[in-house]
Amino acid sequence: MSRLVIDNRLSRPDDFYEALIDTHRDLTPEQSAMVNARLVLLLANHIGDMEVLAEAMRRAREGV
Amino acid sequence: MLSTYSYPTFPYVPAPEQRTGTVRRHPVVVVGAGPVGLTAALDLAQKGVPVVVLDEDDTVSIGSRAVCYAKRALEVWDRLGVARPMIDKGVVWKIGKVFHGDREVYRFDLLPEPDHKIPAFINLQQYYLEEYLIAAATGTGAADIRWKSRVLSVKPQDDHVVLQVETPDGVYAMEADWVIACDGARSSIRKMLGLEFIGEVFQDRFLIADVVMKADFPAERWFWFDPPFHPRQSTLLHMQADNVWRIDFQLGWNADPEEEKKPEKVIPRLKAMLGETTEFELEWVSVYTFQCRRLERFRHGRVLFAGDSAHQVSPFGARGANSGVPDADNLVWKLKLVLDGLAPDSLLDTYSDERVAAAKENLLNSTRSTDFITPKSAMSRTFRDAVLGLAADHPFARALVNSGRLSTPTTYTDSPLNTPDTGSFAGAMVPGAPATDAPVEDAAHDAGWLMDHLGGRFVALYYAGPDPVPAAVADSMTALVAGPLPFAWHVVTDRRRDAGANALVDVNGRFAERYDATPGTVYLVRPDQHIAARLRAFDVAALTAALNRAAGL
Repeated sequence: MSRLVIDNRLSRPDDFYEALIDTHRDLTPEQSAMVNARLVLLLANHIGDMEVLAEAMRRAREGV
Repeated sequence: MLSTYSYPTFPYVPAPEQRTGTVRRHPVVVVGAGPVGLTAALDLAQKGVPVVVLDEDDTVSIGSRAVCYAKRALEVWDRLGVARPMIDKGVVWKIGKVFHGDREVYRFDLLPEPDHKIPAFINLQQYYLEEYLIAAATGTGAADIRWKSRVLSVKPQDDHVVLQVETPDGVYAMEADWVIACDGARSSIRKMLGLEFIGEVFQDRFLIADVVMKADFPAERWFWFDPPFHPRQSTLLHMQADNVWRIDFQLGWNADPEEEKKPEKVIPRLKAMLGETTEFELEWVSVYTFQCRRLERFRHGRVLFAGDSAHQVSPFGARGANSGVPDADNLVWKLKLVLDGLAPDSLLDTYSDERVAAAKENLLNSTRSTDFITPKSAMSRTFRDAVLGLAADHPFARALVNSGRLSTPTTYTDSPLNTPDTGSFAGAMVPGAPATDAPVEDAAHDAGWLMDHLGGRFVALYYAGPDPVPAAVADSMTALVAGPLPFAWHVVTDRRRDAGANALVDVNGRFAERYDATPGTVYLVRPDQHIAARLRAFDVAALTAALNRAAGL
């Protein structure tokens, strides 16, 4: 059974985070929300594993 | 406010040349007697270069200011023989904890491995640090610190610089072969030369309070995002000497700095954090904003910029003084070789190249930390809060939590002074890297540290392991010692007996491990303790070429 990886897999976490924030540079809140939605869809397709995605969705919603 | 420290007043002494009205030419004039200027002056004076230091004030830093000093800066000061009182007086620490609300979400250890002489970090009020540096520099007899001496103008000439200096007795002129501008983030020398200081201004304000109290917090760096006692903002806590604690409160851009400094505003914030019953006294309060910016180049002819005058970072990560001191460390040996006619003045361009690379690294890290702590947009804040919300239960998110990436020394990866590897090596001791420490015993069987034997001159380390040293190696090294460049060599050996006068015994194998050394391996280490070259097998031609290259020849 596949499980969502929650240990760090990013070799350069600060590089990733900066790139993520840069992706939203100069966007309106509506545009940013759209970028995030597209990003989730792109990454979900890349992962492709429904069990993993279900766990990620559950964890993302928890405590919000 | 309470005071745990009495500020010394250093006597203003009229300069002899001011009294006689003669214009003297000095080899080096340092502007600014802060940690960076004093380190440069001490290093120069110990190398026998007479140095004049000009400072417009007549005392040490007002307030604790820089506070956090990292391993590399302490290693520089240890090389200069002045680290011991700092470490003894300071608070040694290496653990950082990050809280979100009242929950610990992340912790880090800045020196997880044993067998280093110098600790990861100390916290010490800047005034103590400056006091020790002033005493050491004055003690050399070669550093002439002139208090109440303000530089009014600086005029670069082809082969020297003319300075006008204002003192309580009026204005006098002096000439310098070289000027080192260590006059801080608001550098007047930089302004006089009309140099651009470009970067980012962050729209946030922070309150610093130095509080005297007996408290149970451990000697660790504690950082809170959104703590219950200071909602929506961050707070940072550090222990200093004399039961003084440094507390930083993020205030936001709209806070009124004058209003926020008033005890009636500060004390309730502290009570919310420390509890109503904790007894404390305020010692020093300041409100600051911050910027991340730098000069494009640090050498402008015969004027060399070092420390905050050359690069200014946000305080998260303790990368201000901790990058300024390595500036001085990098500059002084090069300047000494140039002054002695042993290297061309183009060697000083590598000061700029190497330390601009370091400044870029520090600015990148300090800008990223600041973007995390002070998000610039609503979406940036949302991501930040998402990271913090996930961090407690998701290890990957802890790697993204950025409360300041603490100062680490820069490896001069692209320096023209490096000799590229020809052999294959593992580990961190690449050309350009700062040398790492290992416990060693010298020929007298005194336990000590590798770092005690590096620095001040070029040093070759020949790793013999269990083998004897070939006579040809010893002969070649002896010839290099007799050469023009300041050079010494050591044998690193496993043999406790008959090791020779220049032997360093690798007592627990840390040297071999950290330097990936096998018998015959040679390292060449620069006067600033950075690696210049490494060879898998001794080769006198290759070592000589590496030495000349590292000296800019």
